[in-house]
Amino acid sequence: MARSKKISVDRRGFLKGAAAGAAAGAAALVVKPEAAQAQEAIKAQEAAEVHRPATPLPGAKQTAAETTPPPHIDVWTTDRPGSDFMVDVIKTLGFEYVAANPGSAFRGIHESLINYGGNKMPELLTCCHEESSIGMAHGYFKIEGKPMMVMAHGTVGLQHASMAIYNAYADRVPVYLLLGNILDGAWRRSDVEWAHSVQDAASMVRDYTKWDDSPVSLGGFAESAVRAYKIAMTPPMEPIVIVADAVLQEEPIPDAERGRLQIPKLTLASPPAGEYGAVKEAAKMLVNADNPVIMAGRVARTPEGIQLLIELAETLQAAVIDRRFRMNFPTAHPLYGASTVGAADVLLALEVPDLWSMTHTQTPVNRMGMESRRITKSGGQVITIFAGDLYGKSNYQDFGRYDEVDLAIAADAQATLPILIEECRKLITPERKAVLQQRGAKLAEQSKRNRQRDVEQAAWAWDASPVSTARMAAELWNQIKTEDWSLVSDLTFVSNWPGRLWDFDKPYHFIGGHGAYGVGYGAPAAVGAALANRKHGRLSVNIQCDGDLNYAPGVLWTAAHHRIPMLNIMHNNRAYHQELMYVEDMAARARRGVERASIGTTITDPNIDYALMAKAYGMFSEGPIENPNDLGPAIKRAIEVVKRGEPAMIDVVTQPR
Amino acid sequence: MKPLRLLVLAVVAILALGIPAFSQTPAGDAANGKKLFLRDGCYECHGYAGQGGAAGARIAAIGLNAQGLIRYVRAPGGQMPAYTDKVISDQELTDVWAYLQTLPKAKPAKDIPLLNALQSK
Repeated sequence: MARSKKISVDRRGFLKGAAAGAAAGAAALVVKPEAAQAQEAIKAQEAAEVHRPATPLPGAKQTAAETTPPPHIDVWTTDRPGSDFMVDVIKTLGFEYVAANPGSAFRGIHESLINYGGNKMPELLTCCHEESSIGMAHGYFKIEGKPMMVMAHGTVGLQHASMAIYNAYADRVPVYLLLGNILDGAWRRSDVEWAHSVQDAASMVRDYTKWDDSPVSLGGFAESAVRAYKIAMTPPMEPIVIVADAVLQEEPIPDAERGRLQIPKLTLASPPAGEYGAVKEAAKMLVNADNPVIMAGRVARTPEGIQLLIELAETLQAAVIDRRFRMNFPTAHPLYGASTVGAADVLLALEVPDLWSMTHTQTPVNRMGMESRRITKSGGQVITIFAGDLYGKSNYQDFGRYDEVDLAIAADAQATLPILIEECRKLITPERKAVLQQRGAKLAEQSKRNRQRDVEQAAWAWDASPVSTARMAAELWNQIKTEDWSLVSDLTFVSNWPGRLWDFDKPYHFIGGHGAYGVGYGAPAAVGAALANRKHGRLSVNIQCDGDLNYAPGVLWTAAHHRIPMLNIMHNNRAYHQELMYVEDMAARARRGVERASIGTTITDPNIDYALMAKAYGMFSEGPIENPNDLGPAIKRAIEVVKRGEPAMIDVVTQPR
Repeated sequence: MKPLRLLVLAVVAILALGIPAFSQTPAGDAANGKKLFLRDGCYECHGYAGQGGAAGARIAAIGLNAQGLIRYVRAPGGQMPAYTDKVISDQELTDVWAYLQTLPKAKPAKDIPLLNALQSK
């Protein structure tokens, strides 16, 4: 065995000795001061002793015990800890980065990654909060299409990370999470390690992860690590958890195992396409429809997904309604947003979660959702292609209400599109094609009118202060439209203005939203996505909500520290605004105190200075900007900083939405 | 034009605009209306300039008289909650209406260079 074992003394004894040595060293500084300092120290001590009882000096026996070197010193070293092998395994999976807030339960792997692994593939990203680590991995995947690895404590770290994991789960994003844990109580070195250990580490997030394992050997670790990657990347994609036991990490690889340890080959499963007969039936319904409408949820997994959706829409000359969970369809395409659910005689829903809320409206009589009305056309039909039908869990309710549909295809939509397009083409006769072309021309006119309407609406409050979100979007677009840009934030909280005014067409132009609407996702997801954009030289733009940033603002430091270029524009409406509106709603319903809805929902008194916050974290910043005329020049200056390879922030005081 | 036709047109116009036929719009205090607009949270969904957004419709420069506004606020459609007279009185809503009349209309997009560039795409 390669372990260097000079003399056998137990580890606890060694630690005790080390602590005693440190105490003795500290004592030496007190008894041998410089003369003047000694006099002052004695005087100060005498003064202090007037007020408190004297601490007794150690007796001769205790002094001897604490200063005499122990007869035996136990030195544990190794040239090959188990964590080195774990790093070998991790490297085969091709991670570019591993995000972590440091934690003792995975210190072995941490050390192996930076020394044995050379801190390359993966490179360690220093995070200030586990929620940031997961959020960064979430955003990174949306651009890169590959998972980022995250390390966390199996207990306190996972507790911090849990909300972000739920977001990734609901957003069908694979995050590869490695938890440290000390399963065997005999190996825990302190009360801290007892408090940081757990019997079943992954149990806390099992409701919203796809798979987990706690291997008890290095061979088992290799197999589970590779299996986990495969499971995470098979649609529906989800986060996974692997628990790396600290003893496996820190103990040497047994000699007997060194020649036998193997890393299994990774082969990703091809995504499941829809059953042929069902796809043929869907094609027939769509081709014969008078006004088919395509609704896109999380369709485009890869750049090819966008092209396939364009192909299907153009083949059918059907309007596309984009739920904006992914970059699915170009916003300037003549079929984009050109019809409505209510106008569809056949609605094709592709990877749309909670379809019910898209096909129903709630009446104002009962706002809690008990009373509703279907808005699809009478006699209209609904087709779904949804990987969520292949897999689901019950506790967390992100699956939404059950919707009645006419044809449900349990499959990955992108994988099914080529067959569906082909079947549609087979059914379109020249006569039918002429009809479809006429429909397409009308839809193109509608799409153009929508665009004109949006531009006219953007003019309202153009000169207002606080700055309107439409003005903010227009000023941004003016500065980035000639760049290779990427919007690394959601559109929900800014009235979708970028989606209405900008031309989104490239796969990296948009990353979608939270998944589970867990606030605190925005800032770390933007940093992760910007990191993925960095090697391509893209200009990452993050429209950052103020409430979101305050969950874990340390991610700004991570962006500055790792030189992640990104333009952050604060959407600083000084409130948890959705909640402000909800409380207002409740007060109006209760017929009292609508003027008090701001209590507990606004972020004022004092106003937070985000420019100062960014500076504190080492980031270029300007603001707060309240005059809309100041915004354009400020954005220009910030982009110059970003082009130098750094993050920058402009704090903009904005209208609520 | 015959008097009967004029009367019919007038009735149609009154119904379309929500103008009560035989009542006069009461005067409103725009300054107080501004305070109420902020205090009672109208801006939350409709914006500080009444421009509207994802959460609420534009209420600046709309062709609704004070009575029409009061009627709508008491029994709104869509997502807006109903505000009873216990929460905001008719006179206070009239003041809000008066404030809304002071909000500027938008310039045409063609007169704003950044928007004109988008429009001409």
